[in-house]
Amino acid sequence: MTRGEKRNLGIGLAFISPWIIGFLAFTVFPVCASIYYSFCDYDVLSKPVWVGALNYRDMVTDTVFWKSLYNTLYYAFLSLPFCLIVALLIAVMLNQDIKGRSVFRTIYFLPSLVPVVASSMVWLWLLNGNVGLLNYTLELIHIKGPQWLADEKWTKPSLILMAMWGCGNTMVIYLAALQDVPRSLYESAEIDGANAWVKFRHITVPMISPVIYFNLIMGIIGSLQVFAQAYIMLGGGGPNRSALFYAVYLYQNAFDYQQMGYACAMAWILFLIILGLTWLATRSTRRHIYYEGE
Amino acid sequence: MRFWNRVGVCGWWAAIVCIALTFTGCSAPPPTNGRIEISYWEKWTGFEDDAMQAVVDDFNNSQNRIFVRKLAGIGEVERKLMLATAGGDPPDVAGVWPTTVTAFSEKGALTPLDKMIQEAGIKREDYIPVFWDMCSYHGFMWALPSTPWSLALHWNKKLFREAGLDPDRPPRSLDELEAMSERLTIVEIRRGDKLVRVRYPELTDAEKQAKNFKLLQVGHDPQQPGWWMPLWVYWFGGSLWDGERHITANSPEMIEMLRWLRSQPEKYGVDNRRAFGASFAIGSSASFQSTQNPFFSDRIAMTLQGVWMQNFISKYAPQMEWGAAPFPAKDPARFPLVTVVDEDVLVIPKGARHPREAFEFIRYVNQPGPMEKLCLGQRKFSPLAKVSEEFYRKHPNPYIKEFVEVAKSPHARYEPRFAIWGVYNDELNAAIDRIMALEVTPEEAVGPVQARVQWKLDRMLTRWDMVKDWRMKEWSEYDPR
Repeated sequence: MTRGEKRNLGIGLAFISPWIIGFLAFTVFPVCASIYYSFCDYDVLSKPVWVGALNYRDMVTDTVFWKSLYNTLYYAFLSLPFCLIVALLIAVMLNQDIKGRSVFRTIYFLPSLVPVVASSMVWLWLLNGNVGLLNYTLELIHIKGPQWLADEKWTKPSLILMAMWGCGNTMVIYLAALQDVPRSLYESAEIDGANAWVKFRHITVPMISPVIYFNLIMGIIGSLQVFAQAYIMLGGGGPNRSALFYAVYLYQNAFDYQQMGYACAMAWILFLIILGLTWLATRSTRRHIYYEGE
Repeated sequence: MRFWNRVGVCGWWAAIVCIALTFTGCSAPPPTNGRIEISYWEKWTGFEDDAMQAVVDDFNNSQNRIFVRKLAGIGEVERKLMLATAGGDPPDVAGVWPTTVTAFSEKGALTPLDKMIQEAGIKREDYIPVFWDMCSYHGFMWALPSTPWSLALHWNKKLFREAGLDPDRPPRSLDELEAMSERLTIVEIRRGDKLVRVRYPELTDAEKQAKNFKLLQVGHDPQQPGWWMPLWVYWFGGSLWDGERHITANSPEMIEMLRWLRSQPEKYGVDNRRAFGASFAIGSSASFQSTQNPFFSDRIAMTLQGVWMQNFISKYAPQMEWGAAPFPAKDPARFPLVTVVDEDVLVIPKGARHPREAFEFIRYVNQPGPMEKLCLGQRKFSPLAKVSEEFYRKHPNPYIKEFVEVAKSPHARYEPRFAIWGVYNDELNAAIDRIMALEVTPEEAVGPVQARVQWKLDRMLTRWDMVKDWRMKEWSEYDPR
């Protein structure tokens, strides 16, 4: 490296140093420290005491841990496919040449701009078993709606329903991908007599498959870390902890029960679960993803 | 070129610092005129904060050595205090709860006040005993009270009159409360092709069995507001642990209490109760502090509530005719005047810069004059044993002496004093949820709670046993000088 290059490197590093220092202090250090704390009995206020793998062993027998994991996987496995499909359908519809298209696009995207606390408060009322709009609408078609948030059988479906409402970001990414699909492919297919479904199945889906894959991975990561809506709407996990999600239980351990060591261990297990599922998703979808130029 | 690059880097840093300062509101604090400044964190807002601010102002004007700067309205003060103390930069004084004292003192995060209390000549006899006892843990004093509270039965006299009950005679036993509650409960039921409103005792046995009705008004619902569910056991003469090493989640008194809770959905129906609760957004504090509150809107006739209730009644239901009396126990002959008490306390976190000056302020608050001013402003009663007649005369709550009387009772109880109460409380509440959904019997529900929480308590005690001698020595040798 010449003197000039060294100088440029120094200046470059100096310019990005605010970010580097922030990243080291607020991301790298806490992540590394959490590995150490996960092997300690640590309550934040007093010094950590090394306990080996005790926190990990405790997790095996902690029934609430398993319940929170079950709740989270239930939520992720239902909300993720629904959200991917609903967002794709909306994106395909909004990609059609219809009047007022940009207005509709804005309307469907708007919910994802609403702060989560505000939307949660709105949904608390929408889902109210007695005076909620949802049950009122169901009553118009002679269906007796459930007590969405008071009945443990309906708390997770309620939150999944709520997740559908915020698919705007996913939809926008699909929309961008759909606009990149060359029109010539559709025209050739039309000449060959392909109908709308065949075009969608054999042109649209393969052409946007990298984006579907991207949304799938981001969805896995996001849905397994679901926290805010559940915490705001159902506090400690709702009736019989039916909506106690993994991240909520982790937070309770860290800040309510002052078991930071256990919370750190839980965080690492969650990291491994997400890593495993992402790897699985990558492997199982590899053959179905088509990149341009391949 | 090199020079300009350096200027660029410096400028970049300067811009970041400027932006950071701007957004963190780095405005200059008011001058303290060379006095020692005490930082004080408090959770209150509104009229409660105004009352404390008046006492702080009086203290600041009463001398020229110490200046207390209060930061009010701190949400989740316990968590913030934990992080600030762990980070080595706590406030000098913090307003917290006795449960915080338990959790924080054992971990060495609070300053023992014994020597300073002794020097100031403050004694247990100066207080209503229970409020002094809540400030001590492991034989050391960690806090002094600011404002206390106790719970009592509040009842709606108008609804009593409509039900044909004497509006000036509250129930005197839990069984009598249940009978009155049935009388005060109004349901809507379809008879033939008509929807009729009847009182619960007027339903036929078949109708009671079918539970095919809608609850319009309820006499008493133990889940309203549902803030102290496991503590109902005190009204059955039970407790939540033996005070030393064993929890008692499966005691006969606990089972009896849980059977009483279960009798509610068995009588009125799980879904009917849920629908009734959802009609006023159950559990959220937003609906508590509003005209939606079922007690203010004549939907619930009797409720267990604290000394603060009068303040909200005067705000949201000023026309309401109400009364307050001790909540009756299952066996009133053996356990008269049962209540749950709690209080706000002032502590000095470990690492506070000016512990002696901080204690000066706490001592000032605990003098009769400032304490009465604070408690009157917050519409609570004084934790001190001696209170002036003028305090009661000026107090807006006509039943304030009832709250003092129950707080002085030997059956005034508080939440268990151990650091894992949060876990225990959550476990019991989860078990109660299942009981109220009629999914499990009380015996089935408490088994796992007993096992899980005892295991956690054992683990906590093991850790405490390891550091106990060392901590005790450190605390007894602590000298604020």
